[in-house]
Amino acid sequence: MLPAITADKLTKRFGDFTAVNQISFEVKKGEIFGFLGANGAGKTTAIRMLNGLSRPTSGQATVAGFDVYRNTEKIKRRIGYMSQKFSLYEDLTVRENIQFYGGIYGLPLKDIRHQMKQLLANLGMESYARTLVKSLPLGWRQKLAFSIAIMHRPEIVFLDEPTGGVDPITRRQFWEMIYKEANEGMTIFVTTHYMDEAEYCGRVSIMVDGRIAALDTPKALKEQFHADSMNDVFLNLTRPGRQHA
Amino acid sequence: MKQLLIFIRKETYHIFRDKRTLLILLGMPMVQVLIFGFAITNEITNARIAILDQSKGEMSQDIIQRLVASSYFEIDENLRAVSDIERHFRQGKTKMVVVFPPQLQENLLRSVPTQIQLVADATDPNTATTLINYASAIIGRYLQEQNQGNAPPLEISTDVKMLYNPRLKSVYMFVPGVITIILMLMSAMMTSIAITREKELGTMEVLLVSPLRPSTIVVGKVIPYILLALAMAAIVLLLGAFVFGMPIRGSLLLLMVECVLFVITSLSLGILISTRTETQQVAMLISLMALMLPTILLSGFIFPIESMPKVLQVISNIIPAKWFIIIIKNVMLRGTGFNFIWKETLILLGMALFFIGASIRNFKIRLA
Repeated sequence: MLPAITADKLTKRFGDFTAVNQISFEVKKGEIFGFLGANGAGKTTAIRMLNGLSRPTSGQATVAGFDVYRNTEKIKRRIGYMSQKFSLYEDLTVRENIQFYGGIYGLPLKDIRHQMKQLLANLGMESYARTLVKSLPLGWRQKLAFSIAIMHRPEIVFLDEPTGGVDPITRRQFWEMIYKEANEGMTIFVTTHYMDEAEYCGRVSIMVDGRIAALDTPKALKEQFHADSMNDVFLNLTRPGRQHA
Repeated sequence: MKQLLIFIRKETYHIFRDKRTLLILLGMPMVQVLIFGFAITNEITNARIAILDQSKGEMSQDIIQRLVASSYFEIDENLRAVSDIERHFRQGKTKMVVVFPPQLQENLLRSVPTQIQLVADATDPNTATTLINYASAIIGRYLQEQNQGNAPPLEISTDVKMLYNPRLKSVYMFVPGVITIILMLMSAMMTSIAITREKELGTMEVLLVSPLRPSTIVVGKVIPYILLALAMAAIVLLLGAFVFGMPIRGSLLLLMVECVLFVITSLSLGILISTRTETQQVAMLISLMALMLPTILLSGFIFPIESMPKVLQVISNIIPAKWFIIIIKNVMLRGTGFNFIWKETLILLGMALFFIGASIRNFKIRLA
């Protein structure tokens, strides 16, 4: 089976500053791949190179089997993306947002109508279809944004800090949604800086200063660093003085 | 195509959901036309003047009647002595005093050169000049009529004829100007804000990751604003026509086509600005400073380009608004057809293509 994502010495430089420095990894189909790192470690830049927003300076990468230099258009049809900032239109209603995003991915009207019903039922938001998104609580909005990002059934979905600022209960529900999709074969590429969330991932990579400092299952990483939790693993790796050793 | 329609519908929701901005956008042209029309006006009606009639003759009475009948003037007071003039001005009651000399009638009948004195308060030079011009014209015409039949052979009189705007109404000047400003503001500022807003909110990233083509995003963004801008142009034209009697002598269709061309030029400028800026505030400031001010100051809307220093005259050539104002003045006032304005149209078209090319290039660069 072909891997969903491959990266080989992928690098992005902005002038003198190297944001992402020769990262290499593979993500299997249906895997939940956690992409961890402190703020400014290069997580967002890495995602942007994979989803076609940013052109790599050097190195190779494929997404869904397509090259990120040449086939961005083909990649775009096969991925979903939830950006770090909130990605729905606040001055549109729930229903209008669903129609818009469904529409720009070229879904037929009938499908959109069908999906909308199901999506609202799954979220328990049937009576909020005509509510403006800005009057929904943040947690609901994030769950809605995720549901909309995967409406066109992408092979891979990129989630850039999807749970920032969301309460623990909603985060839990959010991860349940992620698990459900992964079980159905969707590949999940997720960045976060909540270490408890890292435990939910199949494998985790930890970025420090543009490099991948560690990559394995949470269990193996904890053993390797003799730590009780991912939090300790992370601190161990990012602690000053430790990173250049 | 379907995606474009979906995008336009979304953009239309944005415009209509933001009630306050919409109200400002639609209200602004009306307020501007009314302010320019009623407040900032170069023509003068019912200016208060005083008369010092030392001749007390039939002729001075006739002239006074003519002045009043013109509706430009209103007699405030009849003065008795020369010394009253100064006092009267100091009280600030009048703008001008007309002084008829004692032997006005006798001198004129005997063809002895004689003078009627016009004294104006030049603390406001524009008003003073205008009043003097109006009064001289009225008095001159009167004297000319009196002289008919027994005109002295060598006397030369000028006959001034103001073409296209015989009453020198300032509405003829500002309606084209206001249309230009509104179209510019609307198109450039609103599109640059609309695009940078998506960048600020983060939705632009999501759009760029989607299969939507950048050209669809740009076109979908601007089409609602083109329609809105044209609606505003129509409001200004209607107000100009029905409130101030501004004529449209040329083809309305031609006028609209030229408006669309100018709107597209401004829109592409707006897109260009948005590709260079990250926040709405910066986009707005740049639109205001880099587009609005030159449009108002250097387009010939308020200050005649001919009387500017050479450098500014050259700079004014790169301002799209200058050419657009020439075009709409020609179409509206002179009623000229396309064969007289093709050069200006071509220049505008060239600018539009240049800006569109530049903005599409820059928009794509952001993607890479």
